[in-house]
Amino acid sequence: MEHIVIIGNGISGVTVARHIRKASDKQITIVSAESDYFFSRTALMYVYMGHMKFEHTKPYEDWFWKKNRIDLKTGYVEHIDTDTSSLLFADGTNLSYDKLIIATGSKTNKFGWPGQDLKGVQGLYSKQDLENLEVYAPNNQACKRAVIVGGGLIGIELAEMLHSRHIPVTFLVRESSFWNGVLPKEESEMINKEILNNGIDLRLSSSLKEVISDESGQVKSIIIEGTGEEIPCNLVGLTAGVSPNIDVAKNSNIETGRGIKVNRFLETNIPNIYAIGDCAEQHEAIGNRRPIEAVWYTGRMMGEVLAQTICGNRMAYKPGHWFNSAKFIDIEYQTYGWVWAQPKENEARFYWEHESGKRCIHINYDKNTREFLGINNFGIRMRHEFFDKVLTEKKSVEYVLEHLADANFDPEFYKLHEKEIVAKFNIENNTNIQLKKKSWKRIFQTN
Amino acid sequence: MKTIQNIGLTLFLAGLTVFISLIFIGKYEVTPQILDELVSNKGIKSELFINDMKAHVVGKEFSNPFSFSSEITSALETANETYKQNSEWGKVIWDKPHSLSYEIAKKSGTGIVKENKSLFWWLTFGLGILGALMYIIPNVVILGRPGIKNNGIWFDASMNRGWIGWFAFVFLVSFYLLLYFRPDFIVNWTYVVDPISENLSGNLASQWFLYGFLYCTVMTVMAVRMYIKYRHNKYQILRTTSVLFFQIVFAFLIPEILVRFEKPWYDFKNAFPLDYDFFFSWNLNELMASGGLGLFILVWGVVLTLVIVPVMVYFFGKRWYCSWVCGCGGLAETLGDPYRQLSDKSLIAWKFERWIVHGVLVFAIVMTGFTLYTYFSGTEAVLGIKTQTIQDIYGFLIGAIFAGVIGTGFYPIFGNRVWCRFGCPLAAYLGIVQRFKSRFRITTNGGQCISCGNCSTYCEQGIDVRAYAQKGENIVRSSCVGCGICSAVCPRGVLKLENGPEDGRINPTEILLGNDVDLMDLLKQK
Repeated sequence: MEHIVIIGNGISGVTVARHIRKASDKQITIVSAESDYFFSRTALMYVYMGHMKFEHTKPYEDWFWKKNRIDLKTGYVEHIDTDTSSLLFADGTNLSYDKLIIATGSKTNKFGWPGQDLKGVQGLYSKQDLENLEVYAPNNQACKRAVIVGGGLIGIELAEMLHSRHIPVTFLVRESSFWNGVLPKEESEMINKEILNNGIDLRLSSSLKEVISDESGQVKSIIIEGTGEEIPCNLVGLTAGVSPNIDVAKNSNIETGRGIKVNRFLETNIPNIYAIGDCAEQHEAIGNRRPIEAVWYTGRMMGEVLAQTICGNRMAYKPGHWFNSAKFIDIEYQTYGWVWAQPKENEARFYWEHESGKRCIHINYDKNTREFLGINNFGIRMRHEFFDKVLTEKKSVEYVLEHLADANFDPEFYKLHEKEIVAKFNIENNTNIQLKKKSWKRIFQTN
Repeated sequence: MKTIQNIGLTLFLAGLTVFISLIFIGKYEVTPQILDELVSNKGIKSELFINDMKAHVVGKEFSNPFSFSSEITSALETANETYKQNSEWGKVIWDKPHSLSYEIAKKSGTGIVKENKSLFWWLTFGLGILGALMYIIPNVVILGRPGIKNNGIWFDASMNRGWIGWFAFVFLVSFYLLLYFRPDFIVNWTYVVDPISENLSGNLASQWFLYGFLYCTVMTVMAVRMYIKYRHNKYQILRTTSVLFFQIVFAFLIPEILVRFEKPWYDFKNAFPLDYDFFFSWNLNELMASGGLGLFILVWGVVLTLVIVPVMVYFFGKRWYCSWVCGCGGLAETLGDPYRQLSDKSLIAWKFERWIVHGVLVFAIVMTGFTLYTYFSGTEAVLGIKTQTIQDIYGFLIGAIFAGVIGTGFYPIFGNRVWCRFGCPLAAYLGIVQRFKSRFRITTNGGQCISCGNCSTYCEQGIDVRAYAQKGENIVRSSCVGCGICSAVCPRGVLKLENGPEDGRINPTEILLGNDVDLMDLLKQK
């Protein structure tokens, strides 16, 4: 029986394992050094915040793996011997494979800051990071102040986490506005306000110069680049992005760049070795996507596709329309299609913001063809299926506005803003779009 | 703000302490007149009991309810035993010992509580309400800006099965045991609400009036907490208002006012088989003797169960009843909300749930079948089993132990829907309709789920919501009461409760939305 070994028990590795099991009878082993069982990485923040216990982050009960004949092995892979098709573990043991899937995920970026490896300096990615956080920032007595370096999704999550335990937070963001390399100005500013309104000391256009140690090798303070300001703190969160965790492939014949190089079929240069998820790097980017996509959803999608290939139905990774989501403290965010920070030459924008300043939508469309290209929605939930269909069928921006009621996914009885949104569009564009009433028929045709 | 909360907590605990200590104080003295009245009102022919009462109880002063109760119940039991042995059935007193003891205690109590009913209302209910509100209302500021703020729930001993949770468990269980089985111990509590009862129905308060009033009070105070916690969520606000309205108006005010007009006590929203004694002969006889209104109630009760309930479930799901109207649901959604994360999400718990809840439904139907057969045929037993016996077993096991002691008492341990999930026969019935013939579902939003588990953690019915959401499947489960919290706590906007066409309501998916379109088509064809 063919033995499939998967390194990494995150969403990519577990998804590919589950789908191989669905489609075949192959022997499957998942190897992890991080945790005994699969857990949802995105939920680590809720454990620290006391919303959940670590147990709750496990999407499958512990009996699930045995029942589905997926072997779990705890161990750290030191070396991949591609000639003998075997793995060498840190404890000296070996495991041979017929096909190997590398799904090792990411690790926190460190840009060579002095003091970046001190105690109390950490990212927020792994289970171990969560455990360290309990050591260095259990409460506001042990941690008088925390400094977070890097204004992205993990940075704001860490800020929210520490804030929930009443630990004062200074948030250093290199850019002139939060995540403005991805978000357009309006949305970015809305999140700046949300951060400030929660009493977080947001420092825009600020970078870390160095981390200062105390006598015991623990962080004591940080110094800001340029101003030289010293901020005393007991925890430094490094959240300036992540990069592929490819240590396992070093000193092997597997081709690597920033990540493990794969073709469209998620195959590496070595036959029978594949890479998926955060650690995989496409030779050439797919569409407007980045060659490395460190996103929950794309990891899952790669796992779904690769399982087909492994089970004899060779299939290229062709992700559908881009989508993503996040929550910025109290403001939920979803995006479907592309809304760049800066419009491209052929693009026009429509922006609507609610008077509360906590809800908005931003639509991107082609100003010549009127084709709808993407939407950012903040504080309003939208139907994935609706936008997936609109993007596939290349509908116009007018069509989207006309059917905005179909797209809304807010809970029942929420105040709806479609009329206001359409009215604003009509005024700005001299159009006469009439909002259609929500139709179940249309909504369910999208299936 | 913290100071206000601490003062509130102190006041609340003071009120609770007074409330508990009321059990242990008070004086009881049965005068000859009280005994005479009792004997003539109830037509008691048990000389042994009367003599025993005269010898050991009448004219004596008891300084606590326990010795008083034990004298009366033992007098009753000894007398009954003798008559039963001698087959002098006419002289047996069929009242439950502690109910009779309650009746006597209610009349013969004296002392500080009975003389200062309003004062003690303020010292118990008043302090409790004031203290609780002072604890709850500062959360407007403390919890932070509107939004989901479940911070620290799993670190809190009151909400993570810590020592406060266990204390609450002991208190609630004891409360229900007293209420159902030792009403004669809590006569003082009923004195406290006498003035309110007299204003409403004209009668002195029974332990059931006390329970009803306490129920409404607790729900109202804890609804304030809901309004604050979910002030950003209109579904939660409306739902809380609705259950509160139905509890206060339908389960409390209307029945009491009916009694004032000498009509039968009836809760118009309480549907059979939750209202398990609706078809009991005493109820049917009472309704038929109550003229037009009685007949209306009779018809209404039948139509409610057979037509209104299933039709509404078809259109809106069982939530219309369980989390918008029902009193049990109302308590679970207000008092019980802090405990919702404690429900067991494992597969094995789901198996237990299905066997038990459907077992209770079958039990209720069989018992009612016996009841109706007996009623129309006039025989006392069916297949050799006495109908009275099976009714008593149901009343004891399900009506009292399951619905009360376990159903509410276990909130702090097993989560706030213990009764609704494992025990309620009406919920089982609605669940069957919801699962097989309804427009209701929780829609999963394409591929947006990140498997974080907030939905499953906070599902009070122990549904592993994530198991569906992460596969892109809609949630169609018989036990879902549509409280809407999974949707509220979801950080990515994945879940929406909605009523839509039945087509495509259950949508098994292999591959999630967002992936290769060809792959999705391929697997759909398979």
